[in-house]
Amino acid sequence: MNNLSNLTLVETVEGIKSKKFSPSEVLSSYEERIKRSKKLNCFISETLDQAKKEIKKINIGQNNLALLGAPIAVKDLFCTSNVKTTASSKILENFVPTYESTVTQKLWDQGAILIGKLNCDEFAMGSSNETSYFGNVINPYKDGKETLVPGGSSGGCASAVSANLTVATVGTDTGGSIRQPAAFTGIVGLKPTYGRCSRWGIVAFASSLDQAGPMTKDIKDSALLLEVIAGFDSKDSTSINTNSSFFFKNLSKQIKGLNVGIPKEYRVDNMPKEIDDLWSEGIKILENCGAKIHSISLPHTKYALPTYYIIAPAEASSNLARYDGVRYGHRESGRDLIEMYENTRSRGFGDEVKRRILIGTYVLSSGYYDAYYLKAQKVRNLIKKDFDDSFKKVDVILTPSTPSAAFKFGEKKDDPISMYLNDIFTVTANLAGLPALSLPIKHNSKNLPLSLQLIGRPFDEQTILNVGYAIEQEVKFKRSISDWWM
Amino acid sequence: MNKDFNYFLQGEKEKWEVIIGLEVHAQILSNAKLFSSSSTKFGAEPNCQVSLIDAAMPGMLPVINKFCIEQAIKTGLGLNAKINSFSVFDRKNYFYADLPQGYQISQYKFPIVGEGEVLLDMSYGTKKIGIERLHLEQDAGKSLHDQDPTKSFIDLNRSGVALMEIVSKPDLRSPEEVGEYIKKIRSIMRYLETCDGNMEEGSLRADVNISVRKVGDKNFGTRCEIKNVNSIKFMQQAIEFEAKRQIDLLEQGKSIDQETRLYDTKKNETRSMRSKEDAHDYRYFPDPDLLPLELENSFIQKIKNELPELPDQKKDRFINEYRLSNYEAAVLTADKETADFFEKVAKNSDVKLATTWIMGDFFASLNKLQKSISNSPITVENLASLLNLIKTNIISGRIAKEVFEMMLLDKRDPKIIVEEKGLIQQTDVKEIEKIIDKVLMDNQDKVTEYKSGKVKLFGFFVGSVIKESKGKANPGVVNDLLKKKLS
Repeated sequence: MNNLSNLTLVETVEGIKSKKFSPSEVLSSYEERIKRSKKLNCFISETLDQAKKEIKKINIGQNNLALLGAPIAVKDLFCTSNVKTTASSKILENFVPTYESTVTQKLWDQGAILIGKLNCDEFAMGSSNETSYFGNVINPYKDGKETLVPGGSSGGCASAVSANLTVATVGTDTGGSIRQPAAFTGIVGLKPTYGRCSRWGIVAFASSLDQAGPMTKDIKDSALLLEVIAGFDSKDSTSINTNSSFFFKNLSKQIKGLNVGIPKEYRVDNMPKEIDDLWSEGIKILENCGAKIHSISLPHTKYALPTYYIIAPAEASSNLARYDGVRYGHRESGRDLIEMYENTRSRGFGDEVKRRILIGTYVLSSGYYDAYYLKAQKVRNLIKKDFDDSFKKVDVILTPSTPSAAFKFGEKKDDPISMYLNDIFTVTANLAGLPALSLPIKHNSKNLPLSLQLIGRPFDEQTILNVGYAIEQEVKFKRSISDWWM
Repeated sequence: MNKDFNYFLQGEKEKWEVIIGLEVHAQILSNAKLFSSSSTKFGAEPNCQVSLIDAAMPGMLPVINKFCIEQAIKTGLGLNAKINSFSVFDRKNYFYADLPQGYQISQYKFPIVGEGEVLLDMSYGTKKIGIERLHLEQDAGKSLHDQDPTKSFIDLNRSGVALMEIVSKPDLRSPEEVGEYIKKIRSIMRYLETCDGNMEEGSLRADVNISVRKVGDKNFGTRCEIKNVNSIKFMQQAIEFEAKRQIDLLEQGKSIDQETRLYDTKKNETRSMRSKEDAHDYRYFPDPDLLPLELENSFIQKIKNELPELPDQKKDRFINEYRLSNYEAAVLTADKETADFFEKVAKNSDVKLATTWIMGDFFASLNKLQKSISNSPITVENLASLLNLIKTNIISGRIAKEVFEMMLLDKRDPKIIVEEKGLIQQTDVKEIEKIIDKVLMDNQDKVTEYKSGKVKLFGFFVGSVIKESKGKANPGVVNDLLKKKLS
């Protein structure tokens, strides 16, 4: 039965519907692996006992349910009714919501079963999953004898999918938090257009950038999962009412004549040769598929990272003000209200979260607002405009997902700037609100996965999924993991 | 109308002018809060009207209540103000235990309503007060510090309730003008049903900005802000105290610190709350959870077309239609209930009588009984009926006053009272002649005095006749007959 966890989401649901195996059999194969994979530290909470009860209620005749019987763990940033939701922070260590996020509700409505909540960087702030109050997540890929970070912030999600601990998952992406860990672990990660999925019930990091999205074993799974979680939500004023799309049904590897842009500004200084080569390979594959390649310019790219590291902390500093110890979550005592706040927040938040709250508070302060926040918003508009201009000529943009393969623990922990540089290829899509997909292409000389990123027009996830699908058929990437931790 | 404005304060050395600007916080009349669907009813058990959004639970998002937007637009139109088709909600960041989000959603750079004006009827003429802006914001919750010796409690029922902050220009010059300004704004909002204006329940409160300058000076002085004053009387007292405090300081050669002050109603004084240096840095920025509010012109136009008649329009109409004086019209239209009451009584009786009686005995009695028009013992029908009895000479004005007193007690139809007590006016010439003859007979000495030139005694005869008739004799008839008899 063990090999059931090797199946993709689409294969799993098809198998259940065609009664090749039962939902319980699928669940127990995941349960078995989860139990033997504690070392990876992917889960903050497991809900397997509950899942076993739920799975018995499944009616296999319900052929219309897209995720019938699929066991799915989700990032611990999604509020789940009666299941602890921590955002990987001490300040929410014992917080149990009474409500279910819109995105996760859509999963359960389509027959999926919650099996647990996945570790991530604290409040999604980090690129290595090293900021979690619940400890590091370990990448199922290894550099020789040394363990590696899974990327972040959705590191638990990425490792869990890569190590077959969940059939698929949903993460969130504010500056690359889906795509970078997906790249580090050899899976597919998709950040949809801003406004495509509801943010209601997701612990907020930076409201104007946050988007939920699928992290899956392959492109088909991402198309299916996106179809389920997308949609307008009247409870989220920034969600956008567009026609529902059938990403899965419309998936096609036919990309002949498609125009692909290669932005020259993404060829950054000191880019490792393996990344440069990877990019060239990607271009070649697309040419072979009949696509037309164009060199394009996104001139404001170099300002994207500083812009992101002003806007995201600014919003976060305000979004996280509600964790004050008054109504829920962790509370430390104090002689008066101010001292209670100070004790609660200085002990409840970790260093990276505090660093970003301080940066955010600073850039919004009177006297600095114009120089930082306002200027960053202006640059953000210019970055958006760069993309608008390019998308008049091309249908999709191809870049590397990350400037390197997965790195070692502690390698960048004490150097925030070099850590922030990890987001260099991913933040632009968040700033411009565009859909972007990361998909694994090959393994490097150390047997670590390397991925490329596809950026699309607003609400045109279909095109990047199709291009990704075409590439996937060509490269036939297979994760190469030895289960060394078991 | 011909009096001059005269609120100047005499210091020891100079004469000073007081400059006042008001920030009025008016709670929008709506069933649901500004960004959530919880109820806004006053007086519920603590924390019974709190949604996940109002308590700022993780992942909760605000969704704007369209009705509150309409109410703000209506109010803006009532203040003759410009409605901005583009406005933005900002976050005003500060920590307090009864502010669940850690920020208040407000409007900072782009308010929904821009400049406007209201007119005040002062004894020295009409005064125009500029409105700087009106913006929407959420109210905070309430901290209760008196429930336990060591703990404070929080009630979030008010958290998220929609407020309109109406900011005036620094155009007000006296406590009296401030009182009239508040009354005028309140009257407009009550006409529009956008705010109930109930100051005791806190649905109308104001921050008062005050500075002083020597009479004749062009530049404004440094101002102080007095926070959260919740009655017109206290506002006026606070202004008087604060203005004198500032004048004293300036005349001693000291300067005014720009600061926020608190008014102590018991001691009648203002005290420093925080100085400019301690002022919060609110770190305003556009709320990324809410898109900018863009209003279609047709949406604004539709609200405009549905506006009811406003106090100033009604006043003008009363002046033209009923020939009322400016003063009478202003008093009768100050609130909608009074205006409606007057209009109904006037239409069913007589305009002149209705004006005199409502502004006189009727208001006086409501005042004495501490009642409002809505629970007045005297109904439109009964007052009109009483006035018709006067108009048709069935009773005299004097008898009417007696009947009115009885109506206050037993709320009955005056016709029944008049019949029952036999108060119908005597107009029968023969009957009155009999009484006159009797009075003249009883006072022959006075008749002689009158005839020898002491004409002032005529009043005495009239009074005696009326008295003899127990008030029922028609004064006009008595006058005519007496004149004949005494000539």
